[in-house]
Amino acid sequence: MNLDAIRERFGGAIGEVTVFRGEISLTVDRDSIASLCKALRDEEALAFDFLSDLCGVDRHPAAPRFEVVYHLFSVRHGHRLRVKVPLGAEDPVIDSVVPVWETADWHERECFDLFGIRFRNHPDLRRILLPEDFEGHPLRKDFPLEGTAKP
Amino acid sequence: MSAETLSLNLGPQHPSTHGVLRVVLELDGETVVDARPDIGFLHRGIEKLAENRTYHQIIVLTDRLDYLAAHSNNLAYVMAVEKLMAIDVPRRAQYVRAALAELQRIASHLFWLGTHAHDLGAMTPLFYALREREALMDIFESLAGSRLTPSFLRIGGLAADIDAGFVEAVRSFTDTFQARVDEYETLLTENPIWKYRTQGVGILDASDCIRLGISGPMLRGAGQALDLRKAQPYCCYEEFHFEIPAGTQGDVYDRYLVRIREMRESARIARQAVEGLPEGTWTVPGSPAVFPAKGDLKQDITAVIRHFGLVMEGFKPPAGEVYHAIESPRGELGFYIVSDGGSRPLRLKVRPPSFVNLQGLVKMVRGRLLADVVAIIGAVDIVLAEVDR
Repeated sequence: MNLDAIRERFGGAIGEVTVFRGEISLTVDRDSIASLCKALRDEEALAFDFLSDLCGVDRHPAAPRFEVVYHLFSVRHGHRLRVKVPLGAEDPVIDSVVPVWETADWHERECFDLFGIRFRNHPDLRRILLPEDFEGHPLRKDFPLEGTAKP
Repeated sequence: MSAETLSLNLGPQHPSTHGVLRVVLELDGETVVDARPDIGFLHRGIEKLAENRTYHQIIVLTDRLDYLAAHSNNLAYVMAVEKLMAIDVPRRAQYVRAALAELQRIASHLFWLGTHAHDLGAMTPLFYALREREALMDIFESLAGSRLTPSFLRIGGLAADIDAGFVEAVRSFTDTFQARVDEYETLLTENPIWKYRTQGVGILDASDCIRLGISGPMLRGAGQALDLRKAQPYCCYEEFHFEIPAGTQGDVYDRYLVRIREMRESARIARQAVEGLPEGTWTVPGSPAVFPAKGDLKQDITAVIRHFGLVMEGFKPPAGEVYHAIESPRGELGFYIVSDGGSRPLRLKVRPPSFVNLQGLVKMVRGRLLADVVAIIGAVDIVLAEVDR
């Protein structure tokens, strides 16, 4: 996979590009995520047809607080790519990528459940691991590790 | 729900759901109109716990994910940490890891085979499959001291060197195992009832699987021979000779054939690994992530200090993030670790193959009979501890 080609092709949409331990990470603005993902999937030379994983990260108290991280894999080429989208604490909303990869459905529900990040245009955004009446989002850093729920 | 359909709860307390899976089925007579899987009954917040443990302490948490293949979880996790720390693991340790991973794959597939066949009314394979699995559990027990949760791996290598008894045990197991698989096959492969219950049931073609993120035997059963042991080799897999079995139809029967053949290949790999076992060390003594040798603790005060530091505070990897995936018995098992330079991960995400593969359930059961649902759930081969984490 050619890093320069990606930069050239998606120049405007991509922020920082880092390589750590041989893994490439792109930081992307949240407004371009849906169109970028579609292009990453459909571009012949990239062909990221397989979304391995999608998850949230909470960097509280740093800002921007949240990140949504996409791990892409190409079945045809065998290469991987990480795409990261920073989100602010006050408005953690991002476009759903379910139209691009169907598998994102449960991943996005889990991310909503545990981080409270909302996915616009998700077909069925509700909690998946925790009960529907659960309060709070436990993978947020300000959610306590131990203790009982407030009375 | 309309007046014409019936809502039926399958699980969470039902033997055919292999744990605490609940599926709400909408039935029209015996035909499934829709299905709604409900998961999370076994959610223990392992990812949250991991953020509050040192990197060494997390190893035992990973055992509790996919408990039928705990060694695979250990392996994926320690390899992710080793990538983060840029540690080169000695070849001897890598060979032992690969051998254990393959024995674990066989043990997991055997358990799947026995319970899946039992679900569909074939009771005998369970007794046969668990007999061989017991031999494998004995190998794990003699090596690690426990059967289901070995935690035999350490960051940088193994917990201890293996002994001659291990090599001998793997030899004697692999000597007879191919004939054992022949026995299972005489019970099922050409069995008309088995074929009737599994052929043409729960079909997902390769493009469906890829769209749904489905990996492992389900994807290979649909004809896409994707296996991370070949696609992105780790643990010296590029040095072993083995085939990647694939099916054609993507139905329950093909998943059965793929797993049966995989067991044969795994036995071949485990045998090659112990026969070609390199000499040398099994850990990286100089690494800041590795505990000092037990013997040094009695002689050397700096070793005692280092040991104390590793236990109380842990080691500090550089800030950064890594994702490492291996081919677990169920598919792509990945660990994503974000480090902020502290002794505990800022974020640890498990990419659980069971969770992702289960998403295909709805598509597979629509329009099928209620009895097929049991066959289809069995063929996904889920472990709920991994689905729910």
